[in-house]
Amino acid sequence: MKLKWWHIGFALALFLAILSPLASPAPDGLEKVAEDKGFIGRAREAVFELIPDYMFPGIGNEAVATIIAGVVGTIILFAIGYGLAWLLRSKSRGEV
Amino acid sequence: MHIPDGFINVPTVVVTSAVSAGAIAYGVSRANRRLGEKHVPLMGVMAAFIFAAQMLNFPVAGGTSGHVLGAALAAILLGPWVGVLIMACVFIVQCLIFQDGGLTALGANILNMGIIACFVGYYLYQGVVSFWGERRRSQLVAAFLGAWLSIVAAAAATAIELAVSGTSPLAVALPAMAGVHVLIGIGEGLVTAAVISLVMTTRADLLQLERV
Repeated sequence: MKLKWWHIGFALALFLAILSPLASPAPDGLEKVAEDKGFIGRAREAVFELIPDYMFPGIGNEAVATIIAGVVGTIILFAIGYGLAWLLRSKSRGEV
Repeated sequence: MHIPDGFINVPTVVVTSAVSAGAIAYGVSRANRRLGEKHVPLMGVMAAFIFAAQMLNFPVAGGTSGHVLGAALAAILLGPWVGVLIMACVFIVQCLIFQDGGLTALGANILNMGIIACFVGYYLYQGVVSFWGERRRSQLVAAFLGAWLSIVAAAAATAIELAVSGTSPLAVALPAMAGVHVLIGIGEGLVTAAVISLVMTTRADLLQLERV
């Protein structure tokens, strides 16, 4: 199979997912504002949880759990994005 | 700036969900008429890249972090309506699988960080390019500015929804949200311009795809 540009693009996305344990743990902009302005307490927990906090459940090592969560999500979104475009495309259009 | 459950009230949930659902429906019908074969892998890579990039929080001033949103990038490369669809896919997966962003706030998150960010980023980019010409430098400056403003606009919309919901008065929420995101937007601008520059160098033909 010939290597296409988007194989490299997808590999780059997976590489970013593998870097995810390096992310800053500090609260994001909205969380920080909510803490400072005293409304963080209004936040409600989700009614169900699958992979909360970007950590794959049942894995002791946090970095590994984060990487697996990131890789799983990246693959899911590639499949959804590709699949949605594939369903919606017109075969007669966009050939370059 | 994913809004969790509990921050916005029922009327805000209803209105933002309706607007987002309508935009997604229109975006799907537009994409159905205009997407070609070449858009297919780019849409997959874009969705995957945005999800992965959003995990990488970088530190900004004062014990806060920010992450790349990617809406302006998707809109510049694929057009604002496809951008909205990609962002909606990312937020739906983040909400349902990763519990990032509340279920009731999904419509608001799609509206702020999808619809508003994509359209602001796309039209500022187009405006700057049509003013300064299609040169590489003007396209990169346009990408930076479009991406920066997309973040600030999304933050302002979030502040308005918090205020309307009675969570935080506008006079408090708007300067606080805008202030932090003026800084986070610089990161967004740099990453967006860098990716556009990479695409120009390696696959300039992708910038010639019809924007939907």
